[in-house]
Order: sequence, then C-alpha cells, then structure tokens
Amino acid sequence: MKQFEILDHKDTRSGFGAGLQELGKSNPNVVALCADLIGSLKMDAFQADNPERFFQVGIAEANMMGIAAGLTIGGKIPFTGTFANFSTGRVYDQIRQSIAYSNKNVKICASHAGLTLGEDGATHQILEDIGLMKMLPNMTVISPCDYNETKAATIAIAEHEGPVYLRFGRPKVPNFTDPNKKFVIGKADILNEGKDVTILATGHLVWKAIEAGIELSKKGIDCEIINIHTIKPFDETTVLASINKTKCVVTAEEHMMNGGLGDTVAQLLARKLPTPLEMVAVNDKFGQSGTGEELLTKYNVNTPDIIAAAERVIKRK
Amino acid sequence: MEVATLTDISTQVRRDIIRMVTAVQSGHPGGSLGCADFMTILYFDIMNIDPKNFTMDGIGEDIFFLSNGHISPVFYSVLSRRGYFEVSELATFRKLNSRLQGHPSCDKGLPGVRMASGSLGQGLSVAIGAALAKKLNGDKNLIYTLHGDGELQEGQIWEAAMYAAGNKVDNLIATVDYNHKQIDGDIDDVLPMGDLAQKWQAFGWEVLEMNGHNHTEIIETMHKAKSMTGNGKPIVIIMHTIMGQGVDFMMHTHKWHGSPPSQEQAENALSQLEETLGDY
Repeated sequence: MKQFEILDHKDTRSGFGAGLQELGKSNPNVVALCADLIGSLKMDAFQADNPERFFQVGIAEANMMGIAAGLTIGGKIPFTGTFANFSTGRVYDQIRQSIAYSNKNVKICASHAGLTLGEDGATHQILEDIGLMKMLPNMTVISPCDYNETKAATIAIAEHEGPVYLRFGRPKVPNFTDPNKKFVIGKADILNEGKDVTILATGHLVWKAIEAGIELSKKGIDCEIINIHTIKPFDETTVLASINKTKCVVTAEEHMMNGGLGDTVAQLLARKLPTPLEMVAVNDKFGQSGTGEELLTKYNVNTPDIIAAAERVIKRK
Repeated sequence: MEVATLTDISTQVRRDIIRMVTAVQSGHPGGSLGCADFMTILYFDIMNIDPKNFTMDGIGEDIFFLSNGHISPVFYSVLSRRGYFEVSELATFRKLNSRLQGHPSCDKGLPGVRMASGSLGQGLSVAIGAALAKKLNGDKNLIYTLHGDGELQEGQIWEAAMYAAGNKVDNLIATVDYNHKQIDGDIDDVLPMGDLAQKWQAFGWEVLEMNGHNHTEIIETMHKAKSMTGNGKPIVIIMHTIMGQGVDFMMHTHKWHGSPPSQEQAENALSQLEETLGDY
C-alpha cells in the first residue's frame, strides 16, 4: 500500500472558495451568486475582489438559479453557492428547466453535502443530491475528495461548457492530493494499485477508503483504490479495467445508496461486467444531529464499514 | 409602423394560432389569442432586434423571455412572421422532431428562443440574470418579459420582484397578461390575487397599465415604459386583455385556455379572422 502524506486538515468548501477567488482574477466572465451563505460557502474573497461580479440574492434559491441561468445569456459563467440541500432538492425544477434542459453554462456549487455537516441534522443533510443531479441530461456531476482537489475542480469547471454540479462539504478533512495536479473532468484517479479488490470512493469517503486500504493491507489484502471525483460522465474505461483485474468491487460514498455512486457502478456492471459488488452508502434513511464522525459510524459509512465490505465482497468472488 | 399594418399582422398571427392548435388538436389558444396584439407590437414596433442574425447572447439587441410558455403558438407565429424562421415551419408545431415544442425550448436551436419555459414562474428570474449581464457588458439594450396572471401565484415571481427592485434592475420591462382566467377558472375563484398594481408598487416597481387590444395604447405605453428605464426601478405593465380575443366563442371564458377547437369550430374562428399576410 502506497503511503499518503496528509499535508494539512482543511475543509473542501475552503478549496472551493480559493478556487473561486483564483477564477475571479483569471477569468473576467466568472460571476458568483450566493443565497445568504457567503461565509459558509467561503465566497468572501471573491466578493471582496469583485463586488460588481458578485450577487447576493438573499434567501431565495429558486430566484438565484433563474438569475444564474439568465446571466449566461450575455456570456457570463455564473457560480451559485448555497448548501447542497438548497442547491438541488429545493430548486430541482428551476435547475431542470432553466439550466439543464436549456443547457446553460451554470456551475451549481454546493457545500455541506451529506452527513458530515453534523449537528444541523437531517433537514440539511441531503443524501440524494448526486442522484437528483446525475439524472438530469446535460448535467456534469463532480464530487472532489479534499481541499486541493476541490480547488482544482472549481477552476476546471469554468473551462467546461455546460451545467455542472460541484459537491463539497463542511468539515476539515485530510488534505492529501497534489496541489499542482490538474483536475481532469471525467477521469477517475487511481490512488493505489492493487489486485484483490477495487474500492471506488467519492468525496470525503476517499480518505476513508485509504484508511481502509491501509488496514486491509495489514491483513494481506491488496486494494486498488480509485477516486471517483466525477460521477457523471462516469469513467467506465478505468473502472472496468480495474474490475477486470480484481474481480470484485466496493463503492463508498456519503450519499444514499439509491441514486449514488454505487447505483452508477451497479448499472455499469449489470450491463457490461457482472461482478460481486458491495455498496457502502446510507441505506434509505434520513440522517440526524451528531458529529460528522459519529454520523458516518451510525449510518455505516465509515472506515470499518469499507473494511468489512471489502472482506465480504472478496468472499463472493 | 402604421397601426393598420400591425393590425394586419396580429390578425394573421391569430389565424396562425387557430390553425396550429387545430392541426395537432392540442395547445393553448386562449392566452395566445389574448396576447397576439402585444406580441406583434413588441416584435414589429418596439424591440431592437436582428432576427436574421440570431445569437443566444443577444449582445447589442433587446431580449424577450416568454415566461408563460404555454402560449407558445403566439410566440412561434410572431417569431416566424418577424423573420426568425420560415413560416412554413409553423406546420410542425407539437409534432415529433419539431423545433416548435409544445412549450418553448432552446435545445433544438429554434432562432428567437433563449430559454425553455413551461414550468411557470421562472422567467422573471431569468430576465433579471440577462439584465444583469447586459449591465456588466455595458449593453444599453433592454430585457422584456411576458407573464400570465395566474403565473403570479408562483412564489418565485415574488422572489424575483423583490430582487429586481432591491437591486435597481432598471433595464427590465415585464408585462402581465391580466385576463383574469386560468386553467381551472376565474382567478378570483382559484386563488384571488387582490390588487395587482398595488402589489407590484409595494415591491418597489414602476407600474403602468394598458389595454392589451388597443394598438395605439400599447405602442404609447411601451414607449413610455422605455422612457422610464434607467431610473433605478424595474417596470411592470399590467396589460388588461380578454382570453380568446378575436374569436367570439372563445372570449370571456377559460374553456379555451388549453383546449383546441374542433375542425368545425376552427372554420368558424377563421371566418372571423381575415387572411392578411397569407397562411403558412
């Protein structure tokens, strides 16, 4: 198992804020909108640098999505910022009609996704957003794993023509990816090569998968760990090549089992390469208040769950 | 443009509407007929546009958004009569593989359409975005919208109304088709909206009213609205109309909101509308 150095602990939302600030300097067409969560989304720096290109819309997310869609008409590249729940479920029809169907160049940037926002509880812990967004034609869905990758993804999506959903989170987590690595949309990233089991992870669960890989290697299990930072378009080539080698798969995500990464992988395997699969995901339950770590454990999406799933799926080969 | 010429165009537009919805036995004739005068004057006399060189970004020209997308027949007819695409394409309305979808869309590249609409209440927000883009681009042209009155029951409209006034989006002229009818009946029976003019005023908009069938009044009011832009406030025109205007048996009822006439009824309707520019 390869060694991964933790550079520092940072929140992925700050990676978004840093990426957005850089875009403010490099791309005059980038504009940003926020629905009364500038501090939480780390959009302060962009706002301070570019007051004329920043739009505070208040607590009116539907209006924000419509304004963002309209701003594209005239060549702007709008980045919207609010919590993941209010970025998707609350405004699904606005996104569907005015952004996805109309194929507008809007970047929907969503913080506080999943369980790890913690104490605010289930009203804010959306676990369906990847599913909602990946079902929309024209939509690209990106879920980076740490600060550096979120920053790089934020910069990369400005260059991509078309609607994008960018998902990130609240807590400080290990920051370990190369800060100089260019983010390539749709290209899965093999973090560790192995032969016994493929672990496909996204978002905060990528680091958990690495932790699981370290523990499994002590038991003599050699894991291939792949960071699926782009859920859609899905990198079938990289994933199928890995599974052809390992003959079994675990998926890991801070999302509902229905509609998430595991669901995408299950569809792919059923169509192209039937293979034993275990999904580490929230199984048809709403979250609750607690610390992020407590919740990941409570809902069976923490490191021990990935280890157990890997051991189970290897036995099914 | 002479009022007589505009009247000829709007009469032909009404014929187009009847023929389009009759041909596919679906679509929304009532509101389309009621907005035929306004849409004709907007596109032929008011807006600064370049139909032969349509671009999505619309830089250097005025932009219109149809927020109540179900009145697509009047939109398509006016766009084609104004030269955005061949009038013969009106015959494809609501048919498989047509660019003239039941509700407007921009995914098939129909010139003149910059945003899908149909799910109500979204067009004002979109228009604000386009208006902000114009300001960022230093483009002095204007953004126009049309909304149904029933559509104002959607909450997003009032989010947008609050934003536009609060942020001085003063390059925007919205129009409300106030025909007092929606699909289930009279607005006052479905969900009363109280005093619309007072509501918009309370939200901080400049409010004008006009008779949506008097061409001279429409022209004068639109020019007045244009003259009021750039003064820190968005402008809304409450346009008093009759659903089904121009076809006697379709007027003063919600029955034709979303129902096409039979062949026999269509012949009756067309007998009331002179073929002025030639049918498609």
